[in-house]
Amino acid sequence: MTASNYDEIMQLLCDRLSDLTLSEVEITPESNLIGQLSIDSIKLLNLIMEIEDTFDISVPINALADVQTVRDLVDLIYKIKSAS
Amino acid sequence: MNLLEKLDAAAAARIAMLPTGVGAFGIPIEEVYSATEARIGDRRVLLLGTNNYLGLTFAPECLEAAHEAIDEEGTGTTGSRMANGSYFGHRALEKEFAAFYQCSSGMVFTTGYQANLGTISGLVGQGDTVLIDGDSHASIYDGCILSGADIIRFKHNDMADLEKRLRRLGNRTETTLIIAEGIYSMLGDQAPLAEIVELKKKYGCFLLLDEAHSLGVLGETGQGLVEKTGLLKEVDFITGTFSKSLCSIGGYCVSNHPQLEQLRFVSHPYIFTASPSPATIASTRAALELLRNGTELRDQLWKNSLQLYTQLEETGYKLGPDPGPVISAMVESPQQALALWQGLLDHDIYVNLILPPAAPEGKSLVRCSVNAAHTTEQMKYVGDTFAKLKQEILN
Repeated sequence: MTASNYDEIMQLLCDRLSDLTLSEVEITPESNLIGQLSIDSIKLLNLIMEIEDTFDISVPINALADVQTVRDLVDLIYKIKSAS
Repeated sequence: MNLLEKLDAAAAARIAMLPTGVGAFGIPIEEVYSATEARIGDRRVLLLGTNNYLGLTFAPECLEAAHEAIDEEGTGTTGSRMANGSYFGHRALEKEFAAFYQCSSGMVFTTGYQANLGTISGLVGQGDTVLIDGDSHASIYDGCILSGADIIRFKHNDMADLEKRLRRLGNRTETTLIIAEGIYSMLGDQAPLAEIVELKKKYGCFLLLDEAHSLGVLGETGQGLVEKTGLLKEVDFITGTFSKSLCSIGGYCVSNHPQLEQLRFVSHPYIFTASPSPATIASTRAALELLRNGTELRDQLWKNSLQLYTQLEETGYKLGPDPGPVISAMVESPQQALALWQGLLDHDIYVNLILPPAAPEGKSLVRCSVNAAHTTEQMKYVGDTFAKLKQEILN
């Protein structure tokens, strides 16, 4: 599975988050991963490994310090993917 | 939510996970009778949740050395290694560790946690990369975070996954440090060191192996996985702790790279803390001597470990893949794990309870740590009790 443009990355990520979240809330770009989607640290770390394989990129987990929302995560992936 | 409310929320989540309200974490041990027995509340319990692998906590040689050190050097150094805290014993222990591993350099840290924190954060920094096993100990994660290097995880013990991530790094591999552990503390399994070394060489990076749980346990003289696999010379940096087989507190790093010595001047967890007390250093030196000559202790440890592992496996418990002194029974839910833990305590057996997210992949574990001082009868009693509780609680 490959995706290189921003919208495709957003769609892929929202689909994956819908499988992972325990919450009933609608997933939007502004959804907070921890506070609203209940994505705990372990789930997030495993999701990052999946993302690395999906997009064939390296995503340092320390880059997640600035990631709070779905959009933040898509921005990070897009930035790394664009630079690779 | 303010700072304190965030802690309240975390406390509520923890209490909700433990409906019976039993204090499984940080349980007070009132009296310690021996390497295998203690009092918890009004119960005399069998200790099966300590890391006292060689059973040396009351070894006369270690007690005597510690007593003498207190009498001759006092209770503490009151300073850091960089200032007034480098005594003869610290330097001697560093030389003894280096000699034990046939390495040119050795460093002693105040805790095992700090050994990883100080070594990793001293070796790598911004612009470098660390590739760490997904099941790494918190000290490894924290050392990596402190370093500022890019942190990439690979799937636990999955060498195809490690290679995939190495390949993606391209020419960054020369500033990459792979980190693995001799024995992983949750499931007791061992790193596939030969394959890791092969990848390290293929991609031209460096390798750090944490022998915290394997020191004293693996290898002819107890060096750890490096000795068991014959790969001592292929590992760039070896770290470990005094708080398991050596029965005190502290940590070490050894290497044949002379640059290790520079860590004394750049590693904050080494510099900005008081050095280990004289008694700690003295008992550790005595224990290291016992450890390297402790073939009989290791034989007994493995006999006990295999006895319990085999009995639990035959009883139908799902265990970690490698038999050894860390034996974790995996159960379906935190509630089942708690019930099993409590059942064992009710039968005067103390083990460790490990609930998500501490255990890998959301598992709930009841973890036993076997030691050389346990008897065959004690192992049988533990195995029989596990079998009884499986019928009563898990079926």
